[in-house]
Amino acid sequence: MKENHVNSPLGAGGIEERLWNFIDGTVSAKEKSVIEHLLQSNAEWKEKYNELLQINELLQSSDLEAPSLRFSKNIMEEISKLHIAPATKSYINKKIIWGIGFFFIAMLVGFLIYGFAQMSLTGGEETILSKDIIKVDFSKFFSNTWVNAFMMINIVIGLVLLDNYLSNKRKEFRKQV
Amino acid sequence: MSTGLNDNEIISKVLSGDYQAYAGLVNRYQNYVFTLTLRIVKNREDAEEVAQDVFIKAYKYLADFRGASKFTTWLYTIVNNTSISFLRKKKLDIHSLDNEKIFEMADNQDSGMRANMVEQKSKLAMVNEAIGLLNPDDAQIITLFYKAEQSLEETAQVLGIEVNAAKVRLHRARTRLKEKMETYYAEEVRNL
Repeated sequence: MKENHVNSPLGAGGIEERLWNFIDGTVSAKEKSVIEHLLQSNAEWKEKYNELLQINELLQSSDLEAPSLRFSKNIMEEISKLHIAPATKSYINKKIIWGIGFFFIAMLVGFLIYGFAQMSLTGGEETILSKDIIKVDFSKFFSNTWVNAFMMINIVIGLVLLDNYLSNKRKEFRKQV
Repeated sequence: MSTGLNDNEIISKVLSGDYQAYAGLVNRYQNYVFTLTLRIVKNREDAEEVAQDVFIKAYKYLADFRGASKFTTWLYTIVNNTSISFLRKKKLDIHSLDNEKIFEMADNQDSGMRANMVEQKSKLAMVNEAIGLLNPDDAQIITLFYKAEQSLEETAQVLGIEVNAAKVRLHRARTRLKEKMETYYAEEVRNL
């Protein structure tokens, strides 16, 4: 399809694209006045505008298709057997979500406190952290089977959530493309 | 039938237990939903099946409609998702304009229409047929914008894309529609 470009102070753009934006009313005031001037002074623009306006009017007045006469009845028969699912907010209790979050934060804080408690807080030439952080011993925690199982479950859940997130991002990217 | 009530009032009634009130929404939007579905799946029987499925899903998940957007925007999002899922199950490529199958379908439609063509089609029939020749993406956005009373922002929301992307897609769809009309209905276009 041939698209002619007209020099415009607002930059290049096909005639048709600019006229469609004008017809849709999505142009800026400045662009609108430029196009109005072109429509009055330029025969090519005027002809194209009339052509697109006719197509626009045809599209607006085109008919809707109608389904069969039983359409509505079929739907009402089907929904009479169903019940409406409760809104998701009614069965996802935010307090429980906050509670789980608080539990994890409390656990992290507990680990930090346990770690700092094993450090000596005296001054000296070397920094406290570089010397004492090596001495921090979490082995008592991680030798426990229950703790290890809990950590493994957390890792699996984390990987599932990451997979869901990446999958949604991929779908969004495909839609945009 | 709840013909005098607006959409939100009907939804409140349905959620209160009066499932018969839902018929008001079905009757109000069945033509819009069916037309939009038909534009995507290209077959009347399939479109009717999918459109019914859309209304049933909308009923089942009516409690999740929060009223932040128009009911029609929410409903047409269900149309979009359900139609695309249906096409994927039928293993039709819904994106590529260059897809041979889409053009084969369009050509078959076209040859059928040419065989039955009488002297002068009405302008509206010509436009509907030309829309039928478009690929599902193009037909869908044109129907949403022109027939389903959705603004550009609402159309973008239904399709799950940015407004600027919807604007570009709409422009391309209209360009391709114009090409179809000039190719297959040259005489009718000249007489416009």
